Amino acid sequence: MAILVDSSTKLLVQGITGSFGARHASLSLAYGTQLVAGVTPGKGGKLFEEKVPIFDTVSQAVQETGATASAIFVPPAFAADAILEAADAGVALIVCITEGIPVMDMMRVKAALQNSSSRLIGPNCPGIVTPGLGEKSHGGCRIGIAPGYIHRRGNVGVVSRSGTLTYEAVFQLTQLGYGQSTCVGIGGDPINGTNHLEVLEMFNQDPETEAIIMIGEIGGNAEVEAARWAKDHCKKPIAGFIAGATAPPGRRMGHAGAIVGGEEDTAQAKKRILAECGIAVAETPSVMAKTLLEAWGK
Amino acid sequence: MNIHEYQAKELFDLYQVPSPVGKVASTPQEAAEAARQFSGSKLVIKAQVHAGGRGKGHFTNGFKGGVHLIESPEQAEEFAGKMLNQTLVTIQTGEAGKLVSKVMIAEAVDITHEYYLAILMDRATCRPVIVASTEGGMSIEDVAHNTPEKIIRQFVHPLLGLQPYEVRKLCAALGMTGDVAKQFGKLLGNLYRLFVSCDCAMVEINPLVTTPDGRVLALDAKFGFDDNALYRHPEIVAMRDKSEEDPREVAASEYDLNYIGLDGNIACLVNGAGLAMATMDIIKTYGGEPANFLDVGGGASKEQVSAAFKIILGDPNVKGILINIFGGIMDCNVIAEGVVSAVKETGLPIPLVVRLEGNNVEMGKATLSSSGLQIVTADDMADGAKKIVAAVS
Repeated sequence: MAILVDSSTKLLVQGITGSFGARHASLSLAYGTQLVAGVTPGKGGKLFEEKVPIFDTVSQAVQETGATASAIFVPPAFAADAILEAADAGVALIVCITEGIPVMDMMRVKAALQNSSSRLIGPNCPGIVTPGLGEKSHGGCRIGIAPGYIHRRGNVGVVSRSGTLTYEAVFQLTQLGYGQSTCVGIGGDPINGTNHLEVLEMFNQDPETEAIIMIGEIGGNAEVEAARWAKDHCKKPIAGFIAGATAPPGRRMGHAGAIVGGEEDTAQAKKRILAECGIAVAETPSVMAKTLLEAWGK
Repeated sequence: MNIHEYQAKELFDLYQVPSPVGKVASTPQEAAEAARQFSGSKLVIKAQVHAGGRGKGHFTNGFKGGVHLIESPEQAEEFAGKMLNQTLVTIQTGEAGKLVSKVMIAEAVDITHEYYLAILMDRATCRPVIVASTEGGMSIEDVAHNTPEKIIRQFVHPLLGLQPYEVRKLCAALGMTGDVAKQFGKLLGNLYRLFVSCDCAMVEINPLVTTPDGRVLALDAKFGFDDNALYRHPEIVAMRDKSEEDPREVAASEYDLNYIGLDGNIACLVNGAGLAMATMDIIKTYGGEPANFLDVGGGASKEQVSAAFKIILGDPNVKGILINIFGGIMDCNVIAEGVVSAVKETGLPIPLVVRLEGNNVEMGKATLSSSGLQIVTADDMADGAKKIVAAVS
């Protein structure tokens, strides 16, 4: 099962001819992901790596290949347009990797997607990985920029605002012999398409997911809302980590969304609320997997 | 990014948000000349720094107050002489204070009532929210804490923009009627247009005032801009005053590095913002104090790593360095080569602990160990944090 994507997911990449998009499209192919199309306006008719057809528009790509998911690698100034184009073409899952999109653009995109059937993950995120059953998890679905080889197919769901902290958690789990059902990077921007709570709901419904790691950081209240929901509704053990305990107030810590605005969105406040809601809080990022295994009774 | 008060006023003038007439001066002579251009009205002189609490601040030369009422061009010249090229210390500047290189001469306004007005981006609803209060001129945090019912919020639909009925609701809640309500409505419409057009993260007017002669004026302004949108606002980038920023941060921004200076003595160099924050946290957990936040990003070049290393070593407080890299896709050897090349130029006068994990990690470790440098390697994040804390204490 897993959530959002699996080995049958047909992926297209918007911005496949840029250096960043091409590199990661190539890594997804090598991982065994069904990359069926690329989109770059003006490059339609060409082939990516001599096998994946490139189209001028997302709607052509969807019609010709039946792609159901899109990874967006276009530069920030064009990313909002790329998301809207994917939604217009009926792509069910849109994963926007691009970092640095103006907040005003994302605000409009979010409002425009309100009644759309598309789900947006990101922006400013590492993407999604559902590990496969092959060696080094080959044969799974890798959308975005995560290192596929550190994964292993298993039963832990991982959701995070940060890329490198996701890899850290996945690496710890795999080293300890526990695989992952799906790993979802929801992104570090203040306005994103899908939040912690929505991903927890999906993990809760997914029979393959038995336990969850939720990684958050300072700024906003997404982790707090997710924790309060989980207290009453989530049947599965959760370990949590919140980054940014030492961040000075009012400063943007790399991620556009990582900024302490008040008393409720500090790392200390979030950790306290997570613990009150029955989530096992990892004291340091070094023990995220260990903390989960203890809560899980392994 | 922040801007000065006189620059905020320029934006207000451009978008027709009424504020008192003001002129900026860089020398005492210019200040006198500026004061001469006002006819008869009372004037105020204000030191231009990116910090609040100016009125109650003091200059390191002994002169008290960064804001003064003045009565003549001669007095403007005298006060400007005591403020310009002097350092102003306020509760927000820290002990080091800020150098004043400009003053603003403005019309001093009589006040009937003080309001609070702000527009900011609300994360929870993903919409702009207008925040207003009849309790202006004081800390809005205090108002929110003591009398939360006096904070009025009006959310605006991102695709529709500000609607006339929303303005009427706000006027009613603020007790404004007649001509004052009409002026406020026009001011708010223009302020909203400014907020959206300039990609603001926040614009705050405290206080917004009514005057005995029936005007509605923005008496002060604080702006925050969305850094992601600066690429389409060269006019706002031109307002950046690098002398107001931490020189370490200015140097880092030239290499596209995400760097924030802190007060501790253990520097860190990390890839990824989340991991960089978590690295600061774990240094603290094991009893150390981080000297900075530094995210070199997922695709850092050898040159960027080298530049980052030099910025860290340039901070005299730094007594040790922790490098923490999880190279998922990023090649660990690129980091290793960047570090080795920087250290060959600068020397390595302090302990360096390196934790490398991920892509091409064996090659990265080999580069470090064959460099002949005194580098301590760590097995994981916790091990690295413990080792660097032990090394500096």
